[in-house]
Amino acid sequence: MTEQTKIERASEREFVVTRTVDAPARIVWEAWTKPELMKRWWVPRSMPMTLRSLEMDVRVGGGYRLAFGDEGTEAMVFVGQYKEVEPPARLVWTNEEEADGAVTTVTFEERDGRTLVTVRELYPSKEALERNHGAEEGLPEQFEQLDQLLLDLAKDG
Amino acid sequence: MVQYSAPHLDQSFGALSDATRRGVLERLGRSDASISELAARFHMSLTGMKKHVGVLEAAGFVRTEKVGRVRTCRLGLRRLDEEAAWIEFHRRIWADRFEALDGVVTDLKNKETAND
Repeated sequence: MTEQTKIERASEREFVVTRTVDAPARIVWEAWTKPELMKRWWVPRSMPMTLRSLEMDVRVGGGYRLAFGDEGTEAMVFVGQYKEVEPPARLVWTNEEEADGAVTTVTFEERDGRTLVTVRELYPSKEALERNHGAEEGLPEQFEQLDQLLLDLAKDG
Repeated sequence: MVQYSAPHLDQSFGALSDATRRGVLERLGRSDASISELAARFHMSLTGMKKHVGVLEAAGFVRTEKVGRVRTCRLGLRRLDEEAAWIEFHRRIWADRFEALDGVVTDLKNKETAND
């Protein structure tokens, strides 16, 4: 059975994602810190983008770089730095591709062989959080349909 | 704090995934209508239209009221606002990631077991 992924706005400038993974924390940690494993799950299925390269230097002060794009291009690059690395419990990194990027904190809490993963994304401001709508990555089709429908309803109402 | 959990939004998106149901919402955006008017408008049986309206009602998009023998449908109060859309966008990203992560950790666990 697939576990439920929960997401909530913790404050105006922070959102929190929680999900239980059926594995001990040291295994989940491995999947979050080894590039060859990370590249197998990081790109969302609903956003088919090609991950061109993934470099991760997982230690305090180490950097990471993810590049997406089609043949011969790097349409999108994500970069940042690891701020805290405490295996297998806590990982903190910055998102520096934009000036007002979030700080991402991931914690791994093991209980009875399963691990609760909590991802917190803290933005410098409410506006920065809301700007990160991801529209440039192409909203899923249903979203466009929904947007259109709401526009139509507003117009008619 | 408002929490947008998966079942709640799945229900919304499920309700909106059907062209007839989206048509019904557009129609109700113009004016209230009875089930039989909607059935006629969408060339559908009363029973079929009742089902569609039921799905929309369960998701909160439509309210219905029976007066005499006529059930009138109107738009519900609930709208997916911008925040809900934002949240859902990010929930999908993370739900997709975690689903794929499940596969990776299963492989890692199997490898460990094989090496024991």
